[in-house]
Amino acid sequence: MAIQVRHINKSFGATPVLRDVSIDVKPGSLTALLGPSGGGKSTLLRVIAGLEQPDSGTVVINGVDATNLSPQRRNVGFVFQHYAAFKHMTVYDNVAFGLQIRKRPKAEIRSRVKELLHLVHLEQFATRRPAQLSGGQRQRMALARALAVEPQVLLLDEPFGALDAQVRRELRSWLRRLHDEVHVTTVFVTHDQEEAIEVADTIVVLADGIVEQAGAPHDLYDNPANPFVMRFLGPVTEIDGELVRPHDLELSTSDDQKCGPQATVTRIVRLGFEERVEMLLSGQETWAQVTRGTAHRLALSPGSTVYVKKVDDP
Amino acid sequence: MIFLSLVVFIPLGAVVIRSGELGLAGFWQAVRTPDAWASLRLTLVASAIVALINLVMGTLIAWVLVRDDFPGKSIVDALIDLPFALPTIVAGLVLLALYGPKSPLGLDIAYSRAAVVVALLFVTLPFVVRTVQPVLLELDRDMEEAAASLGAGPWVTFRRIILPNLVPAMLSGTGLAFTRAIAEFGSTVLISGNLPFQTQVSAVYIFGQIETDNETAAAAVATVLLVAALIVLIGLDLLQRPRPASSSSVLVQRGGLP
Amino acid sequence: MIKHALRWTALLYLFFLLVLPVALIAWRTFGDGIAPFIESLSSPEALHAFQITFVVALWAVAINTAFGVGMAILLARHSFPGKRLLNAAIDLPLAVSPVVVGLALVLVYGRFAPVGGWLESLGLQVIFSTPGMVLATVFVSLPLVVRAVEPVLNELGTEQEQAAHTLGAGPWPTFLRITVPGIRAALAYGVVLCLARALGEYGAIAVVSGRLVGQTQTLTLFVEERFQNFREGDAFAAATALALIAVITLLVTKLLHPKHRSMDSR
Repeated sequence: MAIQVRHINKSFGATPVLRDVSIDVKPGSLTALLGPSGGGKSTLLRVIAGLEQPDSGTVVINGVDATNLSPQRRNVGFVFQHYAAFKHMTVYDNVAFGLQIRKRPKAEIRSRVKELLHLVHLEQFATRRPAQLSGGQRQRMALARALAVEPQVLLLDEPFGALDAQVRRELRSWLRRLHDEVHVTTVFVTHDQEEAIEVADTIVVLADGIVEQAGAPHDLYDNPANPFVMRFLGPVTEIDGELVRPHDLELSTSDDQKCGPQATVTRIVRLGFEERVEMLLSGQETWAQVTRGTAHRLALSPGSTVYVKKVDDP
Repeated sequence: MIFLSLVVFIPLGAVVIRSGELGLAGFWQAVRTPDAWASLRLTLVASAIVALINLVMGTLIAWVLVRDDFPGKSIVDALIDLPFALPTIVAGLVLLALYGPKSPLGLDIAYSRAAVVVALLFVTLPFVVRTVQPVLLELDRDMEEAAASLGAGPWVTFRRIILPNLVPAMLSGTGLAFTRAIAEFGSTVLISGNLPFQTQVSAVYIFGQIETDNETAAAAVATVLLVAALIVLIGLDLLQRPRPASSSSVLVQRGGLP
Repeated sequence: MIKHALRWTALLYLFFLLVLPVALIAWRTFGDGIAPFIESLSSPEALHAFQITFVVALWAVAINTAFGVGMAILLARHSFPGKRLLNAAIDLPLAVSPVVVGLALVLVYGRFAPVGGWLESLGLQVIFSTPGMVLATVFVSLPLVVRAVEPVLNELGTEQEQAAHTLGAGPWPTFLRITVPGIRAALAYGVVLCLARALGEYGAIAVVSGRLVGQTQTLTLFVEERFQNFREGDAFAAATALALIAVITLLVTKLLHPKHRSMDSR
């Protein structure tokens, strides 16, 4: 186990932020700490890094009890949401910083920095200052800087939170590719479920200081442990008090095969190749997601009667 | 505009003109008279010393005010501005009472050059503190945490991360302290005893010359002070200007990554 | 620990340089009770010093407020050639030694000087009289109101004023009803700074006033003169009065603008 967190409790003043949190992070994996804002994910990450002290509990990194070690001694790389770039230094000096602290020979530093800048595609910006870079470039620099000292573990705190949606998406898949290349155990914090599902091998859902569920993305999606996880990780609607995924609902216009309860269509929203069919079922509002083809075939319109059946995924 | 001219420009211009009345040679002569020259030397040296002391102590005090916490801190913080608010003559009297002949501490430095330095230290106290303090307050703590995560201890972090970001403010405050110090009059009048050649600062010399109707001599030394202040202020302005950055075409993408 | 070393170094430095001297003055003044204090300040010369100090200060504040607001509006709302120069010029008084200020004014407005002589022939004596003292005080406190109001004007932006214009308000009503309320706090702050500076001015006034006891002697000059004449009790009393005023203005400025940092009073 690359990281073992056991029974971490942390409060800020009277407010508990982490409650008896225990997680395992496998070596070489890419794990997402996912949850709503204020749920404790960033705090947990900072506890692992040594930037916060827990009230109780232990943190073991690669077999070594790191609970009482300062951040300097834990050899973890940390990437901040707002980059934390050393604004008075060039990109080169930023990336070289950790190596300079460790008093590596100049030639070694030079080649390592070059290698990293090449990895993050920032070679031509080596002599620029962070202020002259875009947000995405700064974050890539921050990553190179953290990787320079070959950390055991790489921690990223909402790394794309400060960037535009488009940039976020691109950097997300780039991070995945980078991880596949570099293979360092990585943990990142996000409140964006799409990001977690797309990038991570393992997701830990943290809300209100408690671990709700941990597992592979498709596991959490298909077998959510509780309604909260289900709601957080994908679209959800309700039929007869039961929570169901809208694309797991099958609609038909004839009742011949006992297709399920009857509902009246209230509104149809066309979202490209999908259509969202909003309905009233036994007085309750619900909706289903169907393909354009299906909607066309069924010739649905507001006021139509449909029969709704829940389909289990094979 | 007219107002400004009447009040500021013309009078100041008159000083410079008057100092040039006897031509460049006359100007130098007035400046190089033994007591004038001694006063200038004392003023510039003492002010430089005071500026340097302020550089260190001012930064230290700003650090304590921002990073430390103790009961009564806000009162201490407010007190820093006292030299700004207190009339200089009162400051001089106050320092004389404590560090002069009737000192309850038994510490008598009156009528000495040390006295001049102490008086100048008093009036320039707030300058470096108040220019460094806001910068320190706004400093991105993330940078320090990043440095820690990369293995830097507190001293290295201070030296390589914090200090470089404080230097512009430190220099600016020091420059302001210097220009203030060379101009100082009221606080030095009492405690220094104004002994020509020994403890007489230029402002006091100028005053003496005015009182004895040697306005040209006064104007000459005054011009020197003005020029010195101007040099420091222009120097500061040049230093403050951000380095010419490469154009924003830097943001144009290469390799397709944002 | 380093932290404590830093803290105590700072506190000791401040204690010996700042706190102790000021505390001592109060102790010396009130050492024999409050009666001598009152007595010192009730002499005709002292009372006159109070009076003239306040008269000069109030004039200077009034003039600088009008000038300050006008200049602030000019700088914040308009652009014109030479604006940078003007901007720098406004800060000039802060860099000039007070005696040089006095000298400058004497050279221009003195009895034997071009402008001064002409004014004298009209019956208006500038130097060695109140107008000169007002002029000197205006000079040294010139930037204070401008620099207090200008940033606020910049931050406020012109939108509100433009809205007023579209609703039919002319320039003067707009100014009174939109601009002024917006800059109220900053203006108050600037005025207090200006007042404090004016009350505390020494060097420039010393040159320009001729230091005529009972006629052009401000409180600060009173302090010095009494001290030189070995009437230390009087000097300390007046000094304490001035120090009290300084402390009060400090408190008021903290209230008006808690985060602001610069005041200047010589």
